Amino acid sequence: MTYLDHAATTPMLPEAVAAMSQALSTLGNASSLHGSGRRARRTVEECRESIAEALGARPSEVVFTGGGTEGDNLAVKGLFWQRRAADPRRTRVLASTIEHHAVLDAVSWLADHEGAEVEWLRVDGYGRVHPETLRAALARDPNSVALVTVMWANNEVGTVAPVRELAEVAAGYGVPLHTDAVQAVGQLPVHFGRSGTAALTLTGHKLGGPYGAGVLLLGREVAATPLLHGGGQERDVRSGTLDVPAIVGLATAIRHAVASQLRSTIRLGRLRDELVDGILAKVPDAVFNGDPGDSVIDGGPSRLPSNAHVTFPGCEGDSLLMLLDARGIECSTGAACTAGVAQPSHVLLAMGAAPAAARGSLRFSLGRTSMAADVADVLDAIEPVVSRARGAGIRRVAAS
Amino acid sequence: MKVLAAMSGGVDSSVAAARAVDAGHEVVGVHLALSAQPGTLRTGARGCCTKEDAADARRVADVIDIPFYVWDFAQQFTADVVDDFVAEYAAGRTPNPCLRCNERIKFTALLDRACALGFDAVCTGHYARLCNGVLRRAMDAGKDQSYVLAGLTADQLAHALFPLGDTAKAEIRVEATRRGLAVADKPDSHDICFIPSGDTRAFLADRLGSRPGELVDEETGEVLGHHHGVHGFTVGQRRGLGLQKPAPDGRPRFVLGLQAGTGTVRVGPAQRLDIGMIEADRPVWTAGAPDGPVACVAQVRAHGGCVSAVAEAVNGRMLVRLREPLRGVALGQAVALYRPDADGDVVLGSATITATR
Repeated sequence: MTYLDHAATTPMLPEAVAAMSQALSTLGNASSLHGSGRRARRTVEECRESIAEALGARPSEVVFTGGGTEGDNLAVKGLFWQRRAADPRRTRVLASTIEHHAVLDAVSWLADHEGAEVEWLRVDGYGRVHPETLRAALARDPNSVALVTVMWANNEVGTVAPVRELAEVAAGYGVPLHTDAVQAVGQLPVHFGRSGTAALTLTGHKLGGPYGAGVLLLGREVAATPLLHGGGQERDVRSGTLDVPAIVGLATAIRHAVASQLRSTIRLGRLRDELVDGILAKVPDAVFNGDPGDSVIDGGPSRLPSNAHVTFPGCEGDSLLMLLDARGIECSTGAACTAGVAQPSHVLLAMGAAPAAARGSLRFSLGRTSMAADVADVLDAIEPVVSRARGAGIRRVAAS
Repeated sequence: MKVLAAMSGGVDSSVAAARAVDAGHEVVGVHLALSAQPGTLRTGARGCCTKEDAADARRVADVIDIPFYVWDFAQQFTADVVDDFVAEYAAGRTPNPCLRCNERIKFTALLDRACALGFDAVCTGHYARLCNGVLRRAMDAGKDQSYVLAGLTADQLAHALFPLGDTAKAEIRVEATRRGLAVADKPDSHDICFIPSGDTRAFLADRLGSRPGELVDEETGEVLGHHHGVHGFTVGQRRGLGLQKPAPDGRPRFVLGLQAGTGTVRVGPAQRLDIGMIEADRPVWTAGAPDGPVACVAQVRAHGGCVSAVAEAVNGRMLVRLREPLRGVALGQAVALYRPDADGDVVLGSATITATR
């Protein structure tokens, strides 16, 4: 099998599996006061400290969540409610058009149910929000803005946002900026303190940790209204018994991903370039989407090193995916919904692509276990697969 | 063979896919998403293509261990089936959307794509027998669906697989249970899948609005009432005409014909519904057009409406002389022709009814 869908989920790091397995056999509720509880609490706090250290945050800024979707929802809704409660004029939400649905739909929900006014920040042809775009939107009426949310690196096309600059612009107007960094941690240098962001979402299963465990980094001075009420375990912002084994696995994976980030950025970037160059050589009219990745943003590449997003004109993404799947090559058409119907990607549409081109695209995403052989497998298959899909993409005039 | 199984999530297409696997074919399951905004959960026996149906199909694919995908055919379905359905009613005809879907979606759009992607055939859960290119009625006469497949060309049939034709529906449910398919008890779907409310009149009124016209007595020419559009009527309809004044002879009145251009709905007594001659266009002669008149059985609606007849290919059309009258034959429906046969009546062809006398 050739697994090139690491942006969907990536194999757990063996060290994280080992650490988590051991923790699964260890008794203790981190909120209990007795010995077992204290041992569990100690484990959690050690994990919290190591995560904070790896990501340039303070331990008190680490809020454990159930994953990326929860982190995004807590940040977007929690900041909105808190900021509006402090000043009822703050009803505007500024969000980029290429956000993940966990942000997009949370923002839209605020608009539909909480009277938020959404202002969508336009992106360029690479899928990047420019600081001037944000500045203009803020300057129109800074006192009415509840929050800004712009993802650190796009999950579909891999383009990296100038997060530090954007956060600086927002901070200049006293407005908090949340960033969905689910794809960024482990692939780009992520330092919460230096980023200047107020809140940052990450999740375990995209970086070698377990499913259903994540972190919202929330600045010490930033308040958020909780989504989940109960024991108030996490800074009174998030309730629920702490999942100690998952936190252990998550912390192990984060430490490893951050420690090996520079090495994997270089290794995956090279592998990705081979893949893209090879595809373009085999299928000359294919189009490589998003930022080419040649420039530097905040000390890292301007594109996720793992991401290759390619449009194959005249093909249906569904057809390409099925033909590759039949050959044991696993990739993605971008975003899947619950029924499994591939909609034209909102990211590509926002970047100015035509709907047909948006439907005829594939995302290959590399990860820790990707090797040169994986790239070779794709390059062996891509030409016949594209030509066959092209045959299926052109519809005959209906019979009868 | 490499077989693409169209899987609605219902019991029939599920067992059909399982049987294709048993027959030794290399099977891939595909659920067609036909609605741009699928509902989350199924509501009763009406409608289909909800996310729950897609999930049911996926679970069957898991159990019979085949790859499974959802393909989006919503645009084609809307253009070729739904829009056509509305346009046909607006033109005063009574279309059969299931037949249209088989011809345009399952055995054109889907089959074309399947063949281009390297498949040899499309498999469905229709009840009909197909052997060496000869399409016959299903063994289970009550479930027979050969009528909605009769418009398929020989080329389309050469790439079709109907594994359920030799089995009774009740046995299919038993078989689904034996195979451990969770859809074994799922209710059959009824009515028109894209009108989950089941209210065709309201669906059409939403899309066509009010197109007022007169209800006219066929025999006297007298205007008997007014209506909001010919799309509210079907030839042979008796109820819901809204006529205040009874016929002089006290007999019930029926819709005899619809003129979309003038908005006229002609009504009259039952015996004027009887017809002895059908003209139909866009004929498909499954085994080639006959040289002369051919004795056959003609069927004019999905269930029932069968009489013996003599059919002929004339100038690219189909003329069907009925040996006994048929009552209430609506334009826009298909006439399917069969040659009676002890091993299952053989489909000779089908065409769309354009005129009756």
